[in-house]
Amino acid sequence: MYIPVNDMLKHFKQDAPAMANITHKSDQWSPYHDNSGTVLAVGIPGAVIVAGDTRLSNGYNILSRDATKLSQLTDKCVLATAGQYADFIALRKFLQQRLQLYEFQNEVQASTETVAHLLSRELYSRRFFPYYTFNLLAGLDENNHGVVYGYDAIGSYDQMTYGVQGSGQELVVAVLDNQLKGYNKINKTIPQTREEILDIILDCFSCAAERDIHTGDNVEILIITAAGTERIVKPLRKD
Amino acid sequence: MQYLDNYLQSKGGYDYTNVKRNELMKAQGFKEMPFTKTGTTIVGVIFEGGVVMAADTRATAGSIVADKNCEKLHPLAPNIWAAGAGTAADLHHQCAHFNAKLKLQRLNLNRQSRVNEVITKLTTKLFPYRGHIGVALIIGGIDSNGPQLASVSPHGNYVYHPFQSMGSGSLAALGILEAKFQDGLTKQQAIDLAIEAIEAGIFHDMGSGSNVDVVAITKEGVDYRRNIRQYNAKSHQKQIPYHFPANNTPALRKYEFNFEKQELREIGKEMEIIE
Repeated sequence: MYIPVNDMLKHFKQDAPAMANITHKSDQWSPYHDNSGTVLAVGIPGAVIVAGDTRLSNGYNILSRDATKLSQLTDKCVLATAGQYADFIALRKFLQQRLQLYEFQNEVQASTETVAHLLSRELYSRRFFPYYTFNLLAGLDENNHGVVYGYDAIGSYDQMTYGVQGSGQELVVAVLDNQLKGYNKINKTIPQTREEILDIILDCFSCAAERDIHTGDNVEILIITAAGTERIVKPLRKD
Repeated sequence: MQYLDNYLQSKGGYDYTNVKRNELMKAQGFKEMPFTKTGTTIVGVIFEGGVVMAADTRATAGSIVADKNCEKLHPLAPNIWAAGAGTAADLHHQCAHFNAKLKLQRLNLNRQSRVNEVITKLTTKLFPYRGHIGVALIIGGIDSNGPQLASVSPHGNYVYHPFQSMGSGSLAALGILEAKFQDGLTKQQAIDLAIEAIEAGIFHDMGSGSNVDVVAITKEGVDYRRNIRQYNAKSHQKQIPYHFPANNTPALRKYEFNFEKQELREIGKEMEIIE
């Protein structure tokens, strides 16, 4: 019997509405890219230690094995950022320029607390098109004690003794909770010396590199003290 | 047009009602579970007298490494192996299923399995599932038609070619293969080429990593080298070992179970969470 082709097609379309009307939401352009990676910062009396891996990625591709996530803003404080690298660069540029202006006008470098507040206001100024950055601001306070401020993407911040941001955050933060704060321990033996803490930090990055595909290549560590800044670079897994 | 409805219904064809069901579930808020995919770089290379296949050993669940040393080379028959990329569970079960199916066939027919049989069986199974069985395989073996190498995609498409690569690292590996492959390679040359291609995937694709497995199939037999190359040892050995003394973890409640009396009772007071 003769069945008009158009009628046939109509029936198939009715049977499979989902197949006929597939909308590819994933094709929509997004202004954000997650370049991933992990950063952490730990404050101890007299120093602050900031570390970040140096891998820059986009999806499954490696864009650079040697890209720093740390930026020294004043003699006493360092910005560590995970998230979108372009936004990190833009944020860093703004902060560097604004802090230079502060220094010219006030004849003294901004304190860490001031920088922390400035960063929060700058992030919130982009409340409706945020910087895709997850920041840690680490520095020495007025008494040269190490402090760490942790931020979300739109500028909510709080002071903490240590912070982790980035793709390896979940893997690392629980270890630091146990080792640096003594969570789930009755007798807490908290490491005090720089060497012990560096040992823990390197181990955390090494473990994060084992299980997080976005963390690896090298880990760059900055140690800020009243005497100056020291930089250490150690290799991590490259796969 | 009721007769048309009945006609088409009785005719059969594909039933898409589950697609509607899935959409409804998604609208109600059911989150799709992330499968363990194998990210992966796998390659196959034909050489003079056989075929060699190689794979990396990383299995990922999203961006976390689920298995640092998993096996991606699966035997389907004594003379046919498969390298698999895609969803780990699908690969494991499909390969085990076809291994058993082929063995049964060999017992019944008393003949060696052939690569083109495997391809046909695989593709006729995969196509009706519209790509939802997430297996991307490279099938390599040696049979009465000589050394054969083919790749099968999750939708049921297959391609025969003297060298293949699949997985998220396939492009990295393909660059090496396109540059360095020639006809008439020796077994060792083919193994070296396959390893080099997998290395490219391991270091330049983040879905692949850890070690290299290789299997070489010739008329003489199968040469399976698990972890023939191992790179990327853990980068830092902790100087001061972690110390977890006994009885240092606070318990919220403590119970005692008496096996003889088969009773459970609470001992000790509830302790506070110590921060």
